[in-house]
Amino acid sequence: MFLWFHKLGSPPHFYRIAGRFIPWLNAIFMVLVLAGLYGGLILAPTDYQQGESYRIIFVHVPAAWMSLFIYVVMAVCGVVIIVWRMKLAEVVLISSAPIGASFTFLALVTGSLWGKPMWGTYWVWDARLTSELILLFLYLGVIGLHNAIEDKRIAGRAVAILAIVGVVNVPIIHYSVEWWHSLHQPASLTKFDKPSMPPSMYVPILIMALAFQVYYAAVLFQKCRAELLQRERNSRWVEEL
Amino acid sequence: MNVQRLSLWQAFVFLLRRDLLLALRNRAEYAMPLLFFVVVITLFPLALGALPELLARIAPGIVWVAALLAAMLSLESIFRSDFDDGSLEQILLSAHPVAVLVLAKVCAHWLVTGLPLLLVAPLLAEMLGMPSAAQPMLLLTILLGTPILSLIGAIGVALTVGLRKGGIILSLLVLPLYVPVLIFAASAIENAAMGLDVTPQIYMLLAFLFLSISLSPWATAAALRMSAG
Repeated sequence: MFLWFHKLGSPPHFYRIAGRFIPWLNAIFMVLVLAGLYGGLILAPTDYQQGESYRIIFVHVPAAWMSLFIYVVMAVCGVVIIVWRMKLAEVVLISSAPIGASFTFLALVTGSLWGKPMWGTYWVWDARLTSELILLFLYLGVIGLHNAIEDKRIAGRAVAILAIVGVVNVPIIHYSVEWWHSLHQPASLTKFDKPSMPPSMYVPILIMALAFQVYYAAVLFQKCRAELLQRERNSRWVEEL
Repeated sequence: MNVQRLSLWQAFVFLLRRDLLLALRNRAEYAMPLLFFVVVITLFPLALGALPELLARIAPGIVWVAALLAAMLSLESIFRSDFDDGSLEQILLSAHPVAVLVLAKVCAHWLVTGLPLLLVAPLLAEMLGMPSAAQPMLLLTILLGTPILSLIGAIGVALTVGLRKGGIILSLLVLPLYVPVLIFAASAIENAAMGLDVTPQIYMLLAFLFLSISLSPWATAAALRMSAG
């Protein structure tokens, strides 16, 4: 098991394995996302309060989950980088950042599209929207810092530290924003409460969440392969390809 | 050549005094953020109109946003000159834990840039028409909040000090992390102005302060090793 893990850490090995996984992951993603969308858009009943427009949660909620999940993945990679100096973790970390930023952006866009018919505006300073926006800034900071440092080995360690500092701060920021919100506006229509969802609604959400996870893995592998090729362009295994 | 070895405490005090002395010799440079703080606050009444009740209402937010921006402006000076002349490497090579030495530098930075805000803040609060009940609270939040800004900012500076154009990226890294301080400081002042209880906000600021004192020097030290190494 440990040996297998160790082998996976070597760039040529990872490159080959990831290449073999990608078509499978893509296929699984297609199946899951079609099932999830069918369940969400056709099978699930219309909400008695929000009508049809609530259906955007089948994209919105999984995207928001992914935005947090990917940040945690990046922080775990950060710890691996600081402790073991593993090259592959640097690649995974920096390849995850744009994907996480995209999911965060998707969550924001779908959230505000949903907000227009529900709240009457695209944007309210709702606690969750605000902390999601700050999360987007954190992602962009990671990407910006990585781009700014020329030497990619140093850049890897820099973003590792930043990701760890960020993950300590994400809960603090989230709860401060929540508190700030409750101070400024008493709990009002902005809360999206779920009066015990029926299974026909939450099962598609879970399927979509799983689909997004698989999608993340597929895109991550693809990006990691590209990043590895670029970083190791002078090594022998790349020439042999 | 004096080869007497300093204890950790002596090293801390030595570095603190050295940085304060450097700041004293470079007064003009360190006065800039303070001046910037005053100028930014002056802009708000000009942009929003000088309605007294409006200004009194938004004064806590204005003062704190200006404090954040002024802190951003002065952050680079924590490590920049030491990085340029090589004394940062000497600090990293010393026998003492780098985190403690970093804390000394951050303390010096706060004494030079954070503490002076306390002196001008009452004046600005009066100019913005902040209710007098809120003014002691403004000073208390500045006293508790600005060290947090220096401590968190030090991590960002340590990450970007080796870069030629570190300034812009630094603000993107650091400002989102300042959000909790801004929220609790501004809401403490607002509550004080309305005569409400402020203990939760003050406790939260204290908690942030102790959390950042205990954790941020480690992250800063790791980032400095990365930047200099």
